[in-house]
Amino acid sequence: MAYKIVGSQCTNCTACEALCPNLAISEAKGTFVIDPAKCTECIGHFDTPQCVAICPVDDTCVIDTAYPRYEA
Amino acid sequence: MTEAMFEDSHSNGSDDSAVDIADVMQKMAEHKGCGTEGGSGKASCGSSGGPEDMPAEIWEKVKNHPCYSEEAHHHYARMHVAVAPACNIQCNYCNRKYDCANESRPGVVSERLTPEQASKKVLAVASTIPQMTVLGIAGPGDPLANPGKTFETFRLISEVAPDIKLCLSTNGLALPDWVDEIAKYKVDHVTITINMIDPEVGQHIYPWIFWENKRLQGYEAAKILTERQLLGLEMLTERGILAKINSVMIPGINDRHLIEVNKAVKSRGAFLHNIMPLISAPEHGTVFGLNGQRGPTAQELKALQDDCEGDMNMMRHCRQCRADAVGLLGEDRSAEFTTDKIMAMEVNYDSAGRKAYQEAVEAERQAKVAAKKDELDGLEKAGDMKMLVAVATKGHGIINEHFGHAKEFQIYELSQTGAKFVGHRRVDLYCQGGYGEEDALDTVIKAINDCHAVFVAKIGGCPKSDLQAAGIEPVDQYAHEFIEKSALVWFKDYLAKIEAGEIVHSDRGDAAIRQGALLGSALLSQAS
Repeated sequence: MAYKIVGSQCTNCTACEALCPNLAISEAKGTFVIDPAKCTECIGHFDTPQCVAICPVDDTCVIDTAYPRYEA
Repeated sequence: MTEAMFEDSHSNGSDDSAVDIADVMQKMAEHKGCGTEGGSGKASCGSSGGPEDMPAEIWEKVKNHPCYSEEAHHHYARMHVAVAPACNIQCNYCNRKYDCANESRPGVVSERLTPEQASKKVLAVASTIPQMTVLGIAGPGDPLANPGKTFETFRLISEVAPDIKLCLSTNGLALPDWVDEIAKYKVDHVTITINMIDPEVGQHIYPWIFWENKRLQGYEAAKILTERQLLGLEMLTERGILAKINSVMIPGINDRHLIEVNKAVKSRGAFLHNIMPLISAPEHGTVFGLNGQRGPTAQELKALQDDCEGDMNMMRHCRQCRADAVGLLGEDRSAEFTTDKIMAMEVNYDSAGRKAYQEAVEAERQAKVAAKKDELDGLEKAGDMKMLVAVATKGHGIINEHFGHAKEFQIYELSQTGAKFVGHRRVDLYCQGGYGEEDALDTVIKAINDCHAVFVAKIGGCPKSDLQAAGIEPVDQYAHEFIEKSALVWFKDYLAKIEAGEIVHSDRGDAAIRQGALLGSALLSQAS
């Protein structure tokens, strides 16, 4: 699986974009989105997903169940 | 500051411009900020006296900075550019999700800018508002959590408008990493928000910090934060960069603790301490807003500021403005300078015109100080008596606002040492988001209920009698005259009446600090 951003909750604060080790986050149509093909859930990079850790609104960066869990 | 002076400060190496902070602190302690012409007057702010009262290099840094000098804030304007949206900590009084264009408080902006847009905006504003002397980056997140955008903005602005002072406001977590960069860009004013020096207290204010790629919570988070804040402050002091400390007063959580904070920051060389009331309306959706944490009353805030003042210069003129505010403190002209509008503006940066305007402002300031000095004799009769008066003003230190048009009142304390600015009270209307309309006059009376009189340029018959019924004397005979001089003339008259037995002096009650959103339309009509 990958993480996804709940667009209605995103404040466009940009904090996650700079922290993503996979450059998977970008701005699109007034909100930020995660490219599921690039997201590794930060496995192999950090103990916790960076977007989840920095996001100022709880439950905004969440697991996207449409994709299988990432395996390193 | 004139251009020539600015060139001087640029030609100095950073080593030369560094000052001995211990020396400065000693001089500032002697100086005690504003109102020292009266002799024993205490500071209401960092620096309103004049060039004779403080080291020349400090005076040059603060004399036209509205956030560092109470006296300057009547004359000079500032602007914030919202280039720094990301934040590295969470505070219980902040909610980044809430976004109302009519809202006025820190952490809120209508649009974020690129460094290039910010630079254009600064030029546009400086060309329109010649008294705009200060450019700050205050978020809406933390400038040092967005270092690339923050320093690129400073670089661009220092190229196109070198006479504008640069400052930033930070939570301090990343500050030690960036102090040298701050010095490199000649940012000579830095504000750190410090709400505690004890992690036991801090864990109730900060739910988490982002530190070394992890989210830390509770005591551990607050401990790292306070260590970084105090280290950052010491590093600024070592480099001769003026530091102002902002603290949010949260009754029951850090109110008395802020006296300890005050001592800690003073001993590390902070220039000015700004204790602000918590803003916690439920509709903002902050943790404190939702859990019913109240803010302080006007008298609670003033009492804490007074308690800290023995140790340090206190700032009492902060308006807790938006991260994209433009104009004099207390006014917000940001709606005139949206990105669409500035990109269409033809900008002509007239540095000669700005210099001429600012020289005129200097003459006006001198006249104001001289006028006040003339009235300082004959106040001994006041004895221990202290009383508050409210003033309707549009700036320049003059009573020049109609009672009914005022969206805030400035509060002066009158005593035998003179007239001292001690705060301001918002009386603007609430956002109408389902919260019933209040009677406007009732709102004003609640906000200035601790005052004996209100000085206005003009007032209608109805509010006049309602104010009198509430025990607040409306005073309109000093229209368009200097505030402090007029207040002192009135005060001496009041003392004479007491002596003659015409009136009996009695104490006033407490007053309310307004919360909630500003009405955008009210702002626009004020600005135009």
